Amino acid sequence: MTFSINPWIDLQQMLQYQFMQHAFEAGTVVAILGGIVGYFVVLRRSSFAAHALSHIGFSGAAAAVLIGVNPVYGLLLFTSVGGLGIAALGRRAANRDAEIGIVLAFMLGLGVLFLSLYTGYATEAYSILFGEILGISFSNVLLTLVAGVIILVLISLVYRPLLFASLDEDVAEAKGMPVVLLGIIFMLLVAVATSFAVQVVGVLLIFSLMVTPAATAQRLAKRPGRVIIISVVIALIATWLGLFIAFFEPYPVSFFITTIAFVFYLFVRFITPRIRNFMSGFGESTIS
Amino acid sequence: MSAQHEIITSKNLVAGYSDNIVWRDASLSINRGEFVAVIGPNGAGKTTLFRLLLGLQQPVSGTIKIFDAAPKRGNPQISYVPQRHIFDDDTNLESLELVRLGFSGKKWGLGLFSHEDRKAAFDVLKDVGATDLAHRSLGALSGGELQRIFLAEALVSEPTLLLLDEPLSNLDIRRERELLQLINGVVRSRNVTALLIAHNINPLLPYLDKVVYIANGKVATGTPKEVLTSASLSALFGVQVEVLRDSRGNIAIVGIEDSHRCQPE
Repeated sequence: MTFSINPWIDLQQMLQYQFMQHAFEAGTVVAILGGIVGYFVVLRRSSFAAHALSHIGFSGAAAAVLIGVNPVYGLLLFTSVGGLGIAALGRRAANRDAEIGIVLAFMLGLGVLFLSLYTGYATEAYSILFGEILGISFSNVLLTLVAGVIILVLISLVYRPLLFASLDEDVAEAKGMPVVLLGIIFMLLVAVATSFAVQVVGVLLIFSLMVTPAATAQRLAKRPGRVIIISVVIALIATWLGLFIAFFEPYPVSFFITTIAFVFYLFVRFITPRIRNFMSGFGESTIS
Repeated sequence: MSAQHEIITSKNLVAGYSDNIVWRDASLSINRGEFVAVIGPNGAGKTTLFRLLLGLQQPVSGTIKIFDAAPKRGNPQISYVPQRHIFDDDTNLESLELVRLGFSGKKWGLGLFSHEDRKAAFDVLKDVGATDLAHRSLGALSGGELQRIFLAEALVSEPTLLLLDEPLSNLDIRRERELLQLINGVVRSRNVTALLIAHNINPLLPYLDKVVYIANGKVATGTPKEVLTSASLSALFGVQVEVLRDSRGNIAIVGIEDSHRCQPE
């Protein structure tokens, strides 16, 4: 299929297909979750822990495929247990790179074993690793939506304490706030968000929705609320545009999503500061 | 509440762990509205005293009372400013947001429609002379500016006791004096008690009501005149030391150069 001149007609044509509708619905929920949870991942400098969780999830998904269960359940189980484990390492868990890395490598090894035991199609492995949003079932869309709503409600409840504990853990602890519990809640949020994001971009590309949008947004705003909104917008644009292009081009959706997110980052990292410098230089010269 | 109201008292307090005592026999008496320096060599257990007061650690033996009760975690009358590394350049977060969290960070929910914390944050930023920093990014602030923001974050919840862990480290002499004048002003105008951990006592001497000197597993407390004497510090360090004074009142402790210097390293 090719693009027509009118993108509106293209969009209508695309959304005639039910699998594209499902892809948009699940992609939208995942982009919103990734954009929000990603902010806390960036703020807590827990990128590596999030990365590890997605790899732990890989073996869970592979195990689920092996015993003939929906991979999402395997992902949820393994990432949640993994998240609890990382949170149980206690404060500064995000810095326990070596321990997390050791468990990560072992879990990937387990995942490889499960996949080799599974005699079905190799595409299962491929879709866990790189995402298979175009094949998402309606029941998985519903599941994603339910999980998304639960996560959003939970985040809105713990928002301020989690923000405070992420930013200023020693002070939060001295104020008697449950920093360990908040750490556990945070890792569980990452676990659930990761499990569903895997459907869209896969285990290996999870950062494109969990870290890149938030890290990009953090360069554009100084208030947490605004950073989160910008982060969600970037994740949504990357997902929607990625799906749109991939419908007409014979390349993987996850490639487009990761590339669009990356282009956003490059632009904000390198171009925006120059525009800002230029503008402020302009402003000063008019004042003087 | 009278100015002489006692807010911290301890008798024969022993800190650390039963198999690893940090210091023993501390008998403190600190009143409301006093500016107190906590001085001692690295690893002497200065932060341990703070952890005891915050209820984050339990005494091995002895008693400690704060506001006439045993220390408990999350006492809203205490604000703690930990020793922190400067935020790195990537921390793009408005100072005002951190101060607001000092006010409302414990509250659940989004608080979208509450502007109470915003007003409180602006008021306290004005008090510490940091209104112009409100919309600056934490990662872009200097050490002295950050300490003002941390002080505002601590004061916004209107505590009666401030615990400041080495706020003067990484500051040059001018910023050091500015911050001390600011803290002293807060102590006097708000009738707040401040305990301030420092390495070098000399910059603090003009402002202090009391000194807690922790060294050699022991604690000496009292007014600067009582504690900073050759006899008192010789007893504390367990070796003969001499306290010398220069014309401006600065002191130097002679005789402990091997174990501890009074000057910053």
